[in-house]
This record gives sequence, structure tokens and C-alpha cells, in this order.
Amino acid sequence: MTDGQPLISIRGLRKTYHAGEVDVQALRGVDLDVQPGEFVSIVGPSGSGKSTLFHIVGGLTPPTAGTVQIGGRDLFGMSDAERTELRKNTVGFVFQKYNLLPTLSARENIEIARDIAHKNGPLPPQFLEVLRLLGIEARLDHKPRALSGGEQQRVAIARAIVNQPSILLADEPTGNLDTENSNAVLGLLRGLNTRLGQTILMITHNPEAAGYGDRIVHMRDGHIE
Amino acid sequence: MTNKLVFENLKHRPVRTLIGILIIGIQVTMVLTLVGLSHGVLNESASRARGVGADILIRPPGGSIIVSGGQMLEKIVPVVIDKEPHVTAASGTLIFGTDLFNYLTGVDLATFDRLNGGFRFLQGGPFQQPDDMMVDSVYAGQHHLRVGDTIKNTNHNWRISGIFEPGMLARMVVPLATLQDLTENTGKVSTVYVKVDNPANIAGVISELSGKLKAYKVYSMEDYTSLFSPANVPMLTSFIWVVVSVGVVVGFLMVLSTMYTAVLERTREIGILKALGASPEYILNILLRETAVLAIVGSIVGILLSYVTRFVIQNLVHSSLVQAIVPTWWPIAGAIAVVGALLGALVPGFKAARQDPIEALAYD
Repeated sequence: MTDGQPLISIRGLRKTYHAGEVDVQALRGVDLDVQPGEFVSIVGPSGSGKSTLFHIVGGLTPPTAGTVQIGGRDLFGMSDAERTELRKNTVGFVFQKYNLLPTLSARENIEIARDIAHKNGPLPPQFLEVLRLLGIEARLDHKPRALSGGEQQRVAIARAIVNQPSILLADEPTGNLDTENSNAVLGLLRGLNTRLGQTILMITHNPEAAGYGDRIVHMRDGHIE
Repeated sequence: MTNKLVFENLKHRPVRTLIGILIIGIQVTMVLTLVGLSHGVLNESASRARGVGADILIRPPGGSIIVSGGQMLEKIVPVVIDKEPHVTAASGTLIFGTDLFNYLTGVDLATFDRLNGGFRFLQGGPFQQPDDMMVDSVYAGQHHLRVGDTIKNTNHNWRISGIFEPGMLARMVVPLATLQDLTENTGKVSTVYVKVDNPANIAGVISELSGKLKAYKVYSMEDYTSLFSPANVPMLTSFIWVVVSVGVVVGFLMVLSTMYTAVLERTREIGILKALGASPEYILNILLRETAVLAIVGSIVGILLSYVTRFVIQNLVHSSLVQAIVPTWWPIAGAIAVVGALLGALVPGFKAARQDPIEALAYD
């Protein structure tokens, strides 16, 4: 990737799901560029194709047509193993339902992401500063069931960025949180973006949450408006 | 970290984990008990045969080395064997199986006692009457017998005349003539024990007797007892391997169903790991490690349970069965359990490794 080039470059993205005998067009030709260090909010009603776009950019599912380039590399020109490698080091996910492993403590949930990326040993000292920023340094030895929704989501954010990914993909990160915790989480994402230069692509149906981004992209019926 | 996840997963479902360990343990115990019984019964038989104090053993033609194949005429003792130079004593015995695990041994005490001085009694003494029986203390203990008691065996009432130290010939000994009559084997014996004057002459006497008793089996006691291994009992090795195979199949199916359930339950967690960038090998590795822990702990439990089965057989089952503890089979039974379990984990493991992360993450 050279300077000035987008970190994420999406061109002509289409995705058709086959539900029985019916074809559902989730994406109908999406073009989008995201610059390094940008915080982009994607807003749209249910069924607008936001989550499908999220899954494709995260390399979790292939598109029917079109291309996605991340850092100048064609995501779907890669082998499965290369895409898996990309998920380890280039993309971090934050989900609406937190998706922490219930049997592990908060610390272990973060460490397992490092383990998967072949980074062993305890969390690096500089990351402890991030944990303080997230306000979870005192809650690391608790299992998810002992944490509030807001705390679980902050652990999920810590897990998503522990391997210093180029892109943080957040899918409705405040969807299960009350207003106070939502504001805290969104403030943290904003802080990660401004302090650490973290590129963030956030999906939300909440216009207020979307306002935390540098730029808001509206989606409807599989298109970007 | 993978090990931590494996351990926590196993801890998360303690009942399922314990059942898995127990089933693998039972599989291992089944193998160890069977092997232990084979070795135990054979070792015991060898030790009792050695206890007779004879130097040479003669069996009629037919049958295997260990299992008596028939009878021979009792008169070969006075006609052939007693006349052999260096032979100091010879005695024929008749073995009659009463059930699968027990047998009566008919003995002529007059000749048998000359082999090594006879039975050492803990209670009572030798036969006084034709219907007397002598039993060893193990059999007496199992059946709560005392001298003077009467027991029914082979449709015949026997009076206990003496209880002797175990390790001599058999557990139940009756007068040879009575057993011959009862079993319509008058004048016949199944084994002849021979004592020679000097161990240096054993080989020479065997050679002479083998020449005279052409088709008969003539062994030194040392050679004979060394043959007491499962490999020399017809079909026993095959039988052991059939049971081992059944054990492998049971272990395989158990682990298959346990891990299949575990994979279904953990669909979402597997999706999370995949979203974090876990490769199919990483997911498979977790499941195989979990299975390996179940199988290894199960094997240890199985080994411990084999001591329990030994105790049960020794104390609660009234038979001549003796279960030996055979440590050389521990790694074999353990390896069988581990391999069977890992094979069982492969199918659910591949299912997990191939799981679509989006579908998995949507799973509730």
C-alpha cells in the first residue's frame, strides 16, 4: 500500500444468498473506500446489507461478485489459509453479542487471540495501558458471566485490538447496552481512533452512535446511498 | 493457552467429562481384567504345578500343552515309568472339570506324597474315606468350608477331610479311585508326575521316556511351566483381541457421540475462534487435546479399576479365577483407548473445523 491509498477498497460488491428456491440479493453493487486512521460508521435499517458487508470485509464469507482490497491485497484472491492469517493480524472483530468464550476469564479471552496469532506469553506492558484506557484492568480475572454487558464489550474490544490489527470491525457494538454503557463504549472506540490511529468500520442502526465516526455511510436495500 | 481452554472446557461440563472418563476407564478395565485373568489363571496353574515337586510331567497324546487332552492308562506308571533308572517316584492324577472354572483332581496319596512329602495341612488331614475331599485354604475361604463339612460336587457328596496350604496341584483334591469310578475312567489318569534322583538326570530320563512313550508328551517341569502363557492356550489370544477390538469400537462410539455433542454445544465458541483467525487445524487440535485428556485420565482410572475387579473376583466370585495385575499391558490398553478415542474425535473434529463462522456466530 502506498501513501494516500485507501486501507479498504471495495468495488462492485454483490452478494446473493440462496434461501431455498429464492435468491436474496443482500448487496447490489457496493463501492466504498476507507482511509487509514478513518472511523467510518455504516448506518442503515435491518436488511440493508450492513452485516453482509461486515462479514465480507472481515473475510468471513466470500462475495458473489466484486472485489475487496485490504492494504492493496485482494481479499478473495487469497487462499483460505491466507484469509485466516489476515483475520489473525489485520482485522479485529467486535460483535453485538460480545462473543467472549464463556469458559475463559477476561484476560484469557484476550490472550487466546494472541495465542491464535502465535504470540505467546503475557500481555505486553504497553497493552496494559490500553486496558486501563478501557477501564477493565481490575476485572481481567473474572469470567464473562461475572462482568456487566459494558465490561464484556470492553473486553471484546481489547481482544479485537490486542494483535494491533489495521482495521477494527464493529458490528452493532452498543446494540445490547444501555445508554450509559453505549456512550462509554463509543467514547472508547473514538479514543482508540484518535489516540492510537485505529481504523474503525462500525455498523449501527443508531444515528446517534454513528455520530461518533468521522464519516457516516448510509445503506439501504444493498446499496450505499 | 490452548491447554487452558481445553481444561476449562472439560471443567465446564463436569458430568459429561466424568462419564467420558468412566466409559474409557471401563473399556481399559475390561481389557486389563481379561488379560489379567488369562495371566492370573495360567500363573496360578503353573505355580500349583511347580508346587507338586515333580521334575517331569507326562500327558497323553492329543490336546494342547496346557489343556489336558484325554486320559492314559494308569498302569504306565508301574509298567514303564517306575522301571526307568533314576526315577524315584511317579504318580498319576486325574483331572475332571466340574464347571467352566473349577475342576476336581483325583490323587493317589500313597504315590503322590513321595514326590515332595505331600500336602501341608492347615486343618484336618489326608483322606480317610473314599468320599473325602481335601481343599486348599483359598477354596475353603471362598466357600466357608471347615473340616467335617459336606459339599456336593459332581452329583456326589464329599466330606472335607483337610484344608491344605494353597500352591499344591489343585484346589479340590479327591481320592483317585473314587473320581475314576465317578467319571467312568477306571484305570485311567490324565497326568503323570515323575521325580528323579538328581536334576542332572532329568534330560536323560525325558529322552528315555519319550522314546518309550512315543506319542505322549513328556516335559521337564521347568519347560512345562514356562509354557503357561496366553499364547499357548488355543484361541485365548484371539479371544483377547476380539474383546480388545470391541473395547476400541465402544470407546470410538462413545467419544464420537460425546465430542459430537460438545461440538454442537460449542458451535458459537468455534465461530468466535474462527473469527479470531483460528485455523481449522487449531480447532481440531483443541478437540483432539480434550479427547486425549479424557482418554489418558480414563486409562489411569481403568488401571485403578482393574484393582477393583481383582478385589471383586478374589472376594466375591467363588471360583478358581485369579486375576493378575499385568503392568506390561497398561501402556497397550492405554494406547488402545487413546487411539480409539482420537479416531472417535476426528469426525466431530472435522465438522467443527469446517464450520462456517457466520452460521456458527448466529447459533444460539
